[in-house]
Amino acid sequence: MTIPMQYGLLLAAILFCIGLAGVLVRRDVIFMLMSVEVMLNAAGLAFIVGGAARSSADGQVMFIFILAMAAAEVSVGLALIIQLYQKFKTLDADSASQLNG
Amino acid sequence: MNILFYIAALIAIFATVRMVTGTNAVHSLLYLIVSLLSVSVIFFLLGAPFIAALEVIIYAGAIMVLFVFVIMMLNTGSGGVRKEHELLKASTWIGPGITSAILCGEMLYVLLAPAFHPMNRIEIPPAAVGALLFSKYILIVELAAFLLAAGIIGAYHLGQKPKLSHHRYLKNEEAAT
Repeated sequence: MTIPMQYGLLLAAILFCIGLAGVLVRRDVIFMLMSVEVMLNAAGLAFIVGGAARSSADGQVMFIFILAMAAAEVSVGLALIIQLYQKFKTLDADSASQLNG
Repeated sequence: MNILFYIAALIAIFATVRMVTGTNAVHSLLYLIVSLLSVSVIFFLLGAPFIAALEVIIYAGAIMVLFVFVIMMLNTGSGGVRKEHELLKASTWIGPGITSAILCGEMLYVLLAPAFHPMNRIEIPPAAVGALLFSKYILIVELAAFLLAAGIIGAYHLGQKPKLSHHRYLKNEEAAT
Protein backbone atom coordinates (compact mmCIF):
# COMPACT_ATOMS: atom_id res chain seq x y z
CA MET A 1 0.00 0.00 0.00
CA THR A 2 2.77 2.45 -0.75
CA ILE A 3 2.79 4.94 -3.59
CA PRO A 4 5.33 4.23 -6.35
CA MET A 5 8.15 6.76 -6.52
CA GLN A 6 7.31 7.43 -10.15
CA TYR A 7 4.04 9.12 -9.26
CA GLY A 8 5.78 11.68 -7.07
CA LEU A 9 8.31 12.37 -9.82
CA LEU A 10 5.46 12.61 -12.35
CA LEU A 11 3.79 15.27 -10.25
CA ALA A 12 7.08 17.18 -10.01
CA ALA A 13 7.57 16.96 -13.80
CA ILE A 14 4.02 18.14 -14.52
CA LEU A 15 4.30 21.08 -12.12
CA PHE A 16 7.69 22.01 -13.59
CA CYS A 17 6.31 22.01 -17.14
CA ILE A 18 3.30 24.14 -16.15
CA GLY A 19 5.71 26.63 -14.62
CA LEU A 20 7.90 26.52 -17.73
CA ALA A 21 4.92 27.23 -19.98
CA GLY A 22 3.98 30.10 -17.69
CA VAL A 23 7.43 31.68 -17.97
CA LEU A 24 7.38 31.30 -21.75
CA VAL A 25 3.85 32.58 -22.37
CA ARG A 26 3.17 35.31 -19.81
CA ARG A 27 4.63 38.77 -20.37
CA ASP A 28 3.67 40.25 -17.00
CA VAL A 29 6.83 40.09 -14.86
CA ILE A 30 4.91 39.26 -11.66
CA PHE A 31 3.36 36.21 -13.34
CA MET A 32 6.76 35.20 -14.70
CA LEU A 33 8.26 35.38 -11.20
CA MET A 34 5.39 33.32 -9.77
CA SER A 35 5.93 30.69 -12.49
CA VAL A 36 9.63 30.54 -11.56
CA GLU A 37 8.51 29.89 -7.98
CA VAL A 38 6.38 26.98 -9.21
CA MET A 39 9.39 25.53 -11.06
CA LEU A 40 11.65 25.82 -7.99
CA ASN A 41 8.98 24.21 -5.85
CA ALA A 42 8.68 21.32 -8.32
CA ALA A 43 12.45 20.79 -8.17
CA GLY A 44 12.25 20.68 -4.38
CA LEU A 45 9.41 18.16 -4.60
CA ALA A 46 11.61 15.92 -6.76
CA PHE A 47 14.35 16.07 -4.09
CA ILE A 48 11.89 15.17 -1.32
CA VAL A 49 10.54 12.24 -3.37
CA GLY A 50 14.07 10.97 -3.95
CA GLY A 51 14.83 11.29 -0.26
CA ALA A 52 11.62 9.45 0.67
CA ALA A 53 12.38 6.60 -1.73
CA ARG A 54 15.79 6.04 -0.14
CA SER A 55 14.59 7.06 3.36
CA SER A 56 17.52 9.41 3.85
CA ALA A 57 17.54 13.01 5.04
CA ASP A 58 19.68 14.35 2.16
CA GLY A 59 16.66 15.27 0.07
CA GLN A 60 15.24 17.40 2.85
CA VAL A 61 18.58 19.18 3.30
CA MET A 62 18.59 20.01 -0.41
CA PHE A 63 15.05 21.35 -0.13
CA ILE A 64 16.18 23.75 2.60
CA PHE A 65 18.90 25.07 0.28
CA ILE A 66 16.38 25.47 -2.55
CA LEU A 67 14.15 27.38 -0.12
CA ALA A 68 16.98 29.77 0.83
CA MET A 69 17.82 30.29 -2.84
CA ALA A 70 14.17 30.96 -3.73
CA ALA A 71 13.88 33.53 -0.94
CA ALA A 72 16.98 35.42 -2.12
CA GLU A 73 15.82 35.25 -5.74
CA VAL A 74 12.34 36.55 -4.94
CA SER A 75 13.62 39.50 -2.91
CA VAL A 76 15.97 40.63 -5.70
CA GLY A 77 13.36 39.91 -8.39
CA LEU A 78 10.66 41.94 -6.68
CA ALA A 79 13.08 44.86 -6.19
CA LEU A 80 13.80 44.67 -9.93
CA ILE A 81 10.05 44.68 -10.67
CA ILE A 82 9.63 47.85 -8.61
CA GLN A 83 12.51 49.48 -10.51
CA LEU A 84 10.96 48.39 -13.84
CA TYR A 85 7.60 49.85 -12.87
CA GLN A 86 9.12 53.15 -11.77
CA LYS A 87 11.04 53.44 -15.04
CA PHE A 88 8.47 52.28 -17.62
CA LYS A 89 5.13 52.62 -15.72
CA THR A 90 4.16 49.13 -16.86
CA LEU A 91 4.78 45.51 -15.84
CA ASP A 92 5.12 44.26 -19.42
CA ALA A 93 8.45 42.48 -19.88
CA ASP A 94 8.50 43.45 -23.58
CA SER A 95 8.77 47.13 -22.65
CA ALA A 96 12.25 46.48 -21.21
CA SER A 97 13.58 44.74 -24.31
CA GLN A 98 15.96 47.61 -25.11
CA LEU A 99 19.15 47.43 -23.04
CA ASN A 100 19.93 51.12 -23.16
CA GLY A 101 19.98 51.76 -19.44
CA MET B 1 -3.70 7.00 2.85
CA ASN B 2 -2.83 6.67 -0.82
CA ILE B 3 -5.95 8.49 -1.90
CA LEU B 4 -4.78 11.58 0.02
CA PHE B 5 -1.66 11.74 -2.15
CA TYR B 6 -3.65 11.60 -5.37
CA ILE B 7 -6.19 14.19 -4.23
CA ALA B 8 -3.42 16.59 -3.15
CA ALA B 9 -1.57 16.02 -6.44
CA LEU B 10 -4.70 16.78 -8.51
CA ILE B 11 -5.38 19.93 -6.48
CA ALA B 12 -1.77 21.04 -6.95
CA ILE B 13 -1.94 20.60 -10.74
CA PHE B 14 -5.37 22.27 -11.01
CA ALA B 15 -4.35 25.25 -8.86
CA THR B 16 -1.09 25.72 -10.77
CA VAL B 17 -2.89 25.68 -14.13
CA ARG B 18 -5.38 28.25 -12.85
CA MET B 19 -2.50 30.38 -11.57
CA VAL B 20 -0.72 30.39 -14.94
CA THR B 21 -3.86 31.08 -16.97
CA GLY B 22 -5.37 33.71 -14.68
CA THR B 23 -5.40 37.40 -15.52
CA ASN B 24 -5.83 38.98 -12.09
CA ALA B 25 -2.55 38.98 -10.15
CA VAL B 26 -4.14 38.61 -6.71
CA HIS B 27 -6.37 35.69 -7.79
CA SER B 28 -3.36 33.96 -9.35
CA LEU B 29 -1.42 34.48 -6.14
CA LEU B 30 -4.20 32.83 -4.12
CA TYR B 31 -4.18 29.85 -6.48
CA LEU B 32 -0.39 29.64 -6.11
CA ILE B 33 -0.79 29.54 -2.32
CA VAL B 34 -3.32 26.68 -2.70
CA SER B 35 -0.82 24.84 -4.89
CA LEU B 36 1.97 25.29 -2.32
CA LEU B 37 -0.29 24.10 0.50
CA SER B 38 -1.24 20.95 -1.40
CA VAL B 39 2.44 20.24 -2.12
CA SER B 40 3.00 20.67 1.62
CA VAL B 41 0.36 17.97 2.26
CA ILE B 42 2.31 15.70 -0.09
CA PHE B 43 5.52 16.39 1.86
CA PHE B 44 3.73 15.42 5.06
CA LEU B 45 2.50 12.18 3.49
CA LEU B 46 6.02 11.35 2.29
CA GLY B 47 7.37 11.42 5.84
CA ALA B 48 8.93 14.89 5.85
CA PRO B 49 6.93 16.84 8.47
CA PHE B 50 9.68 19.42 9.02
CA ILE B 51 9.77 20.29 5.33
CA ALA B 52 5.97 20.45 5.22
CA ALA B 53 6.06 23.03 8.02
CA LEU B 54 8.82 25.00 6.26
CA GLU B 55 6.79 25.00 3.03
CA VAL B 56 3.79 26.51 4.80
CA ILE B 57 5.75 28.99 6.92
CA ILE B 58 8.35 30.23 4.43
CA TYR B 59 6.86 29.62 0.97
CA ALA B 60 3.14 30.12 1.54
CA GLY B 61 3.79 32.58 4.38
CA ALA B 62 6.80 34.79 3.90
CA ILE B 63 7.47 34.68 0.15
CA MET B 64 3.82 35.04 -0.85
CA VAL B 65 3.41 37.97 1.55
CA LEU B 66 6.28 39.66 -0.32
CA PHE B 67 4.35 39.19 -3.56
CA VAL B 68 1.19 40.63 -1.97
CA PHE B 69 3.11 43.69 -0.75
CA VAL B 70 4.61 44.34 -4.18
CA ILE B 71 1.24 43.95 -5.92
CA MET B 72 -0.26 46.38 -3.39
CA MET B 73 2.60 48.87 -3.84
CA LEU B 74 2.38 48.84 -7.63
CA ASN B 75 -1.44 49.12 -7.75
CA THR B 76 -1.56 48.63 -11.50
CA GLY B 77 -5.36 48.74 -11.83
CA SER B 78 -7.27 47.17 -14.70
CA GLY B 79 -5.10 48.31 -17.61
CA GLY B 80 -2.74 45.39 -17.17
CA VAL B 81 -5.63 42.92 -17.02
CA ARG B 82 -6.94 44.04 -20.40
CA LYS B 83 -3.49 43.72 -21.95
CA GLU B 84 -3.11 40.23 -20.50
CA HIS B 85 -6.45 39.27 -22.05
CA GLU B 86 -5.07 40.26 -25.44
CA LEU B 87 -1.90 38.25 -24.81
CA LEU B 88 -3.75 35.12 -23.70
CA LYS B 89 -5.14 34.38 -27.16
CA ALA B 90 -4.56 30.93 -28.64
CA SER B 91 -1.98 32.24 -31.09
CA THR B 92 0.36 33.29 -28.29
CA TRP B 93 -0.23 30.14 -26.30
CA ILE B 94 0.25 27.58 -29.00
CA GLY B 95 4.00 27.69 -29.58
CA PRO B 96 5.29 27.62 -25.99
CA GLY B 97 2.39 25.38 -24.95
CA ILE B 98 3.22 22.67 -27.50
CA THR B 99 6.97 22.75 -26.77
CA SER B 100 6.39 22.52 -23.00
CA ALA B 101 3.89 19.69 -23.51
CA ILE B 102 6.44 17.76 -25.62
CA LEU B 103 9.11 18.17 -22.93
CA CYS B 104 6.61 17.11 -20.27
CA GLY B 105 5.64 14.04 -22.32
CA GLU B 106 9.29 13.01 -22.71
CA MET B 107 9.86 13.30 -18.95
CA LEU B 108 6.70 11.30 -18.21
CA TYR B 109 7.77 8.60 -20.69
CA VAL B 110 11.23 8.30 -19.13
CA LEU B 111 9.77 8.15 -15.62
CA LEU B 112 7.17 5.51 -16.46
CA ALA B 113 9.54 3.18 -18.34
CA PRO B 114 11.44 1.40 -15.48
CA ALA B 115 9.93 -0.82 -12.79
CA PHE B 116 8.11 0.85 -9.93
CA HIS B 117 10.08 1.62 -6.79
CA PRO B 118 7.95 2.12 -3.67
CA MET B 119 8.28 5.27 -1.60
CA ASN B 120 8.86 4.41 2.03
CA ARG B 121 6.70 6.13 4.57
CA ILE B 122 9.42 6.26 7.20
CA GLU B 123 9.19 9.56 8.99
CA ILE B 124 12.54 11.35 9.07
CA PRO B 125 12.67 13.52 12.22
CA PRO B 126 13.90 17.13 12.04
CA ALA B 127 16.83 16.18 14.30
CA ALA B 128 18.25 13.91 11.58
CA VAL B 129 17.89 16.71 9.00
CA GLY B 130 19.61 19.18 11.29
CA ALA B 131 22.45 16.80 12.14
CA LEU B 132 23.12 16.18 8.46
CA LEU B 133 22.77 19.89 7.63
CA PHE B 134 25.44 20.96 10.09
CA SER B 135 27.89 18.10 9.57
CA LYS B 136 28.10 16.96 5.95
CA TYR B 137 26.65 20.07 4.27
CA ILE B 138 28.14 22.77 6.53
CA LEU B 139 29.99 24.38 3.62
CA ILE B 140 26.77 24.74 1.61
CA VAL B 141 25.06 26.27 4.66
CA GLU B 142 27.73 28.97 4.71
CA LEU B 143 27.37 29.51 0.97
CA ALA B 144 23.60 29.88 1.44
CA ALA B 145 24.32 32.50 4.11
CA PHE B 146 26.48 34.41 1.60
CA LEU B 147 23.68 34.17 -0.96
CA LEU B 148 21.09 35.49 1.48
CA ALA B 149 23.36 38.38 2.49
CA ALA B 150 23.87 39.23 -1.18
CA GLY B 151 20.12 39.04 -1.70
CA ILE B 152 19.44 41.45 1.18
CA ILE B 153 22.02 43.96 -0.05
CA GLY B 154 20.87 43.65 -3.65
CA ALA B 155 17.19 44.11 -2.76
CA TYR B 156 18.00 47.13 -0.59
CA HIS B 157 20.11 48.72 -3.31
CA LEU B 158 17.63 48.07 -6.11
CA GLY B 159 14.61 49.10 -4.05
CA GLN B 160 15.95 52.56 -3.23
CA LYS B 161 14.14 55.50 -4.75
CA PRO B 162 16.31 58.04 -6.52
CA LYS B 163 17.07 60.84 -4.07
CA LEU B 164 15.34 64.12 -4.79
CA SER B 165 17.62 67.11 -4.30
CA HIS B 166 15.81 70.40 -3.83
CA HIS B 167 18.86 72.62 -3.93
CA ARG B 168 19.61 74.32 -7.25
CA TYR B 169 23.35 73.67 -7.08
CA LEU B 170 22.89 69.94 -6.41
CA LYS B 171 20.41 69.65 -9.30
CA ASN B 172 22.91 71.21 -11.69
CA GLU B 173 25.62 68.92 -10.43
CA GLU B 174 23.42 65.86 -10.99
CA ALA B 175 22.54 66.99 -14.49
CA ALA B 176 26.24 67.40 -15.28
CA THR B 177 27.20 63.86 -14.22
